[in-house]
Amino acid sequence: MSTTKSIAVGAISTSATGQNDSNSPLLRVQDLRRDYPLPRTSLLGPRPQVHALRGVSLDIHAGRSLGVVGESGSGKSTLARLVMALDTPSAGSVELLGRDLHRLTACELRAARRDLQMVFQDPYGSLDPRQTVETIVTEPLQALANATKAELRERAAEVLAQVGLRAGDAHKYPHEFSGGQRQRIAIARALITRPRLIVADEPVSALDVSVQAQVLNLLQDLQERHGVSYLLISHDLAVVQQLCDEVLVLYQGQVVERGAPQALFTQPRHPYTQALVAAVPRMALP
Amino acid sequence: MMASATPLLEVQNLAITLQTQRGAVRAVHDLGFTLARGETVGLIGESGCGKSLTALALMGLLPDGASVRGSIRFDGQELLAMPDKALCQLRGNRMAMVFQEPMSALNPVHSIGRQVAEPLRLHQGLSARQARTQAMELLERVGIARAAERLDAYPHQFSGGQRQRITIAMALACGPDLLIADEPTTALDVTVQRQILELLAGLVAERGMALILISHDLGVIAQSVARTLVMYGGTVVESGPTRAVFGAMAHPYTQGLFAARPRLGAARVAGERLPTIAGSVPDLADLPAGCPFAGRCPRTLDACHAALPPAVALGAGHEARCIRLGEP
Repeated sequence: MSTTKSIAVGAISTSATGQNDSNSPLLRVQDLRRDYPLPRTSLLGPRPQVHALRGVSLDIHAGRSLGVVGESGSGKSTLARLVMALDTPSAGSVELLGRDLHRLTACELRAARRDLQMVFQDPYGSLDPRQTVETIVTEPLQALANATKAELRERAAEVLAQVGLRAGDAHKYPHEFSGGQRQRIAIARALITRPRLIVADEPVSALDVSVQAQVLNLLQDLQERHGVSYLLISHDLAVVQQLCDEVLVLYQGQVVERGAPQALFTQPRHPYTQALVAAVPRMALP
Repeated sequence: MMASATPLLEVQNLAITLQTQRGAVRAVHDLGFTLARGETVGLIGESGCGKSLTALALMGLLPDGASVRGSIRFDGQELLAMPDKALCQLRGNRMAMVFQEPMSALNPVHSIGRQVAEPLRLHQGLSARQARTQAMELLERVGIARAAERLDAYPHQFSGGQRQRITIAMALACGPDLLIADEPTTALDVTVQRQILELLAGLVAERGMALILISHDLGVIAQSVARTLVMYGGTVVESGPTRAVFGAMAHPYTQGLFAARPRLGAARVAGERLPTIAGSVPDLADLPAGCPFAGRCPRTLDACHAALPPAVALGAGHEARCIRLGEP
């Protein structure tokens, strides 16, 4: 494990680890398990458990993207929460740049979050309606470092430009934006710490088709320009295929199939993947 | 029951005006279509295109402050002129609706048996016991396992897919002639979505029910309905047999919508991006004069801003509103 000092200077530790060993993955998840206890069914009996994740392992290399597909209850969101260190695993590890996130102290973890950001599904629920876009977007930086007002303003303008919003938008409030623009704000907030990995939980499923395409293109542009990696959680197979190099199919907390999206979706092997692919409505034409 | 010449539903020149903070806005205009028994029609479009408002207008459920003009004839009766009391006898009885969010469409403090039985008691005057027996049969019909044991369960005890089945059972209780389903599967997983769509298709085939399916998902529409209306900015920009609309994609908006959708199984090319439609869906108050798609459309001319283009017939019931249709 890295020393506290190197972690405290998040950006430096990042580049050092990233460059020294180009073969080691950016994110390594090993045998991750999460059980949730259910309410007791009898007075003296043991509490039943629900096994949300039953041993999931995955690697993401820098600049690459991994998609996780599966239905409600398959464990997708539990996986995202564990990778983001928002929840504690029952067993297994989540290593980002060689550090096990779940063994860090609270202070170290806070610093490590610089490399790790999240974009949520609901562009209406994930932005505080009473804060300006600038406050929303710079909040991760304020939580991490003592930046001056001028620095924050400059960084906010920079990330807003990266996601295709105007500098003048910084002083507006979320309700003044459409759904697609709000998701751009959420992406700008994730970008502001210059993360290595962005966990995106259904980032486009609340958006209209034409807006969805714009946001997917933006995510691809950002990856090309900044080398950020995505862990994309989605129930939409076509969206995953558009954005990801590799895909995992999760079913009842286990990985039932993994591979390159095109191969996996055209020739699924596992019966569950086959059922999933077959159920996708298609615009079949003669 | 009725002369077979009269269509079940006939909508003509429907226009809906909403009062907003920015004044009155035209949310829907110049909308018309007919639907016979056993026919299916799909409304497709993005948020704010007026598809859900159209559904609410058909059901007489528009919010206060909305004004409707034009004509909606259901089985020969004009709905827009109908007093509330008469409309209440049609709603939930001969025409019914399924909403997107099953959790908010169900009452959390009533058992599902009671909720499914409610229209039966109200419209058919069944006794509590008779209604309960029929409710059980309906729940079985929509695929709720062990329906008899679960009649007294509450909505929170069911999964999302089961809840949507329960709302469908409620809508079907009185054997409606017309079912309007507004994004019935948007909140559901794909495998559950498929089961629900198959259930609806089965009911259309079995009972000769007419179906209006509203969705933003092109695949869902392609698979489920015989005719499609593509809506944009409160008007139908293209309509016709689903096969013709999906095959020809005559209107530039239809083309943009189809191109923007990531395709499953297509080869991934590095650096390639999805084709997008320029700009974003305008606020209803900001719709341009003339063609609503003018400005975002790559083929906009000055003439596009002059007036709403007339519907141009393209053969076999297929038509589109665009002044540049014939051009290469």
